[in-house]
Amino acid sequence: MARMNVVQALNSAMDVMLGRDPAVIVLGEDVGYFGGVFRVTDGLQKKYGEHRVLDTPIAEGGILGVAIGMGVGGLRPVAEIQFADYIYPAADQIFSELARIRYRSGGDFFSPVTVRTPCGGGIRGGQTHSQSPEAIFTHVCGLKVVMPSNPYDAKGLLIAAIEDDDPVIFFEPKRIYNGPFDGIPDKPAVSWSGHPRGEVPEGHYTVPIGKAEIVRPGTAVTLISYGTMVHVCENAVRELGVDAEIIDLRTLSPLDVDTLCHSVCRTGRCVIVHEATRFSGFGAELSATVQEQCFWNLEAPIVRVAGWDTPYPHAFEWDYFPGPKRVMRAIQTVLELQ
Amino acid sequence: MAADLQASRLHIPFVPSRPGDRPDFSYVSLSPAGEVPRPDPRLPALETQELSRTLVRVLDDEHHAVGPWAPRLEPATLRLGLRHMLLTRVLDDRMQRAHRQGRISFYIRSLGEEAVSVAQTMALRGGDMLFPSYRNQGAFIVRGIELVAMMCQLLSNRADMCKGRQLPVMYHSKAKNLFTISGNLTTQFPQAVGWAMAAAIKGTDDVACTWIGEGSSAEADFHHGLLFASVYRAPVLLNIVNNQWAISTFQGYAGGERQTFAARAPGFAVAGVRVDGNDFLAVHAVTSWAAERARAGHGATLIEHVTYRAAAHSTSDDPSRYRPKDDYEHWPLGDPVERLKQHLIAEGHWSEEQHATLVEELGALVARSWDQALQYGTMAESSLMDPSLMFEDVYKELPEHLRRQRDELLAERG
Repeated sequence: MARMNVVQALNSAMDVMLGRDPAVIVLGEDVGYFGGVFRVTDGLQKKYGEHRVLDTPIAEGGILGVAIGMGVGGLRPVAEIQFADYIYPAADQIFSELARIRYRSGGDFFSPVTVRTPCGGGIRGGQTHSQSPEAIFTHVCGLKVVMPSNPYDAKGLLIAAIEDDDPVIFFEPKRIYNGPFDGIPDKPAVSWSGHPRGEVPEGHYTVPIGKAEIVRPGTAVTLISYGTMVHVCENAVRELGVDAEIIDLRTLSPLDVDTLCHSVCRTGRCVIVHEATRFSGFGAELSATVQEQCFWNLEAPIVRVAGWDTPYPHAFEWDYFPGPKRVMRAIQTVLELQ
Repeated sequence: MAADLQASRLHIPFVPSRPGDRPDFSYVSLSPAGEVPRPDPRLPALETQELSRTLVRVLDDEHHAVGPWAPRLEPATLRLGLRHMLLTRVLDDRMQRAHRQGRISFYIRSLGEEAVSVAQTMALRGGDMLFPSYRNQGAFIVRGIELVAMMCQLLSNRADMCKGRQLPVMYHSKAKNLFTISGNLTTQFPQAVGWAMAAAIKGTDDVACTWIGEGSSAEADFHHGLLFASVYRAPVLLNIVNNQWAISTFQGYAGGERQTFAARAPGFAVAGVRVDGNDFLAVHAVTSWAAERARAGHGATLIEHVTYRAAAHSTSDDPSRYRPKDDYEHWPLGDPVERLKQHLIAEGHWSEEQHATLVEELGALVARSWDQALQYGTMAESSLMDPSLMFEDVYKELPEHLRRQRDELLAERG
């Protein structure tokens, strides 16, 4: 076991896979010589060569288009889109092509592309470096959508994504690259070294796609979250001292309905927390699913905590970010404590 | 036979020098100053092939303006150009420091590329619409945007034109025909073409002008822009600022290894010109030529400005990780400010003393403006700002759900 942050864990996942499988190839803007603007691919080109780790032109649509073709040609491409905010030029290649090649060819063709992309705010990135567009991708049939919340899951899920024969959109919450973030920006940064999930095996292992994890068992209320917001939820629950169950989805699609609904049926109360905007956000799908499956067990209406329905502003970042205060208020509401 | 057969092999673009290597610019193809002919601006686009591969230069090594492209500009105009370029540079230096001091969250300098924005904007008319990228601060300076207004945008403070919503340097000015800057690359390229199409539909003789980096020319929007400009013969100046580096990505990765960027234009039946981007006079002359062509109904010109990004990509970048530290010192086209200054001195219209005085004057202007801008607050004191601004302008009218969310936030803040 080694101590890793999320950046190192993701790097290790690609390192392991490049070493094990000659079909694995990494491509993207600045990923080769430079090692990526967030250093996630640092050292990989030096180790595996310019034919395995490719610097590309600045063309997201092009990156996805050639990644699909490489996948059809027998490779297993891991494409980086430098910021999730810049993924939209590749939307047609992802939505209309990558997601449906298997379906439209009667199961004959497939392209096992993994798309890695940093998402989320809290880094003073303004409206073009802070978005959380995961819900858009969960709406597309044929894509798997993943977002880890810690180094151990990041590595295990990325290896699982690369080995998966279906396309996986792999969102990396950049606010937790270097340490867990509990939603209080004024506190000194915390590193992953003290966190149990900062302990990561150096070799090959997987975390299964499609399985949520109960990160804190409890009985009073179920909190459903993923990515950075898992840590914000943990903070809110600590502050309030309630016996909440916290579920880290890890995979958004396909959704681990059983884990969620067993939990909510037990607790009878549910708070859904994500950083992305609220309207038609992934919380809407979660809320509908929980209501369908757990209606007769619910003791209170489901409450969603999400980003406001505006672009991510530069100046009001902490008024925008759905921090622990908002999560605590939501918990109090469903527990009818206020 | 079988012995002659070779497997195909992936070509990896050549990067001439990396950290620790000797800088090498032998890949940059140059033409002597004054040598490239200046054709009539109305010539057919397909006949610009030569112009798109050679390099229009006016200033020679003795700092004189030579050849058919030498514009007949008044000394006062040249001195104004020098002032605008210097002010851009002094502003950049001060704002870089403001970032180091933690006063602003981010900054992008245009060091070494000032002639592109300044000469081009000066060569155009006020009614012409500019669609800048994030390294065209010189265009805002030329169009007279107050330094205080630019600084308030950088500070995301109470007087910020973007109301706290954009990253620093994403300026705009509706009144001065400067479109809002996007962080997403190349989106402005087809938009400028559309604005130019609108000008043609309305029957005005205004033109649009837009800039992207050579790296950004890889985006599909570059091709969309060129194609629509060609099909509708739109009155637009499409600029590629080839500053050699897109963060760590060398221009060869954008397709510049075996072909100039300007040379793509004739393939679209659009005029292409390659110009020395560090030569104020050459940039001015080529811009006037392209604007004349556009206004006369002969359509778009793709202009490649050969220059060098002397600074980091942004305050988040460290170029010493991917290129030699002393690269810029070996750049064959020199420094745009220095070259115009030496030209004015050589022609007897300027002196070292005047230059030193000007630098001092501009430094004082920037310092004074910064003090004024700080009066409107900084981002760190964003509690002074009205957070309900966050909810405005998502739509023209504030919809019910945003009104509710705004009230929720205001209640939360107490």
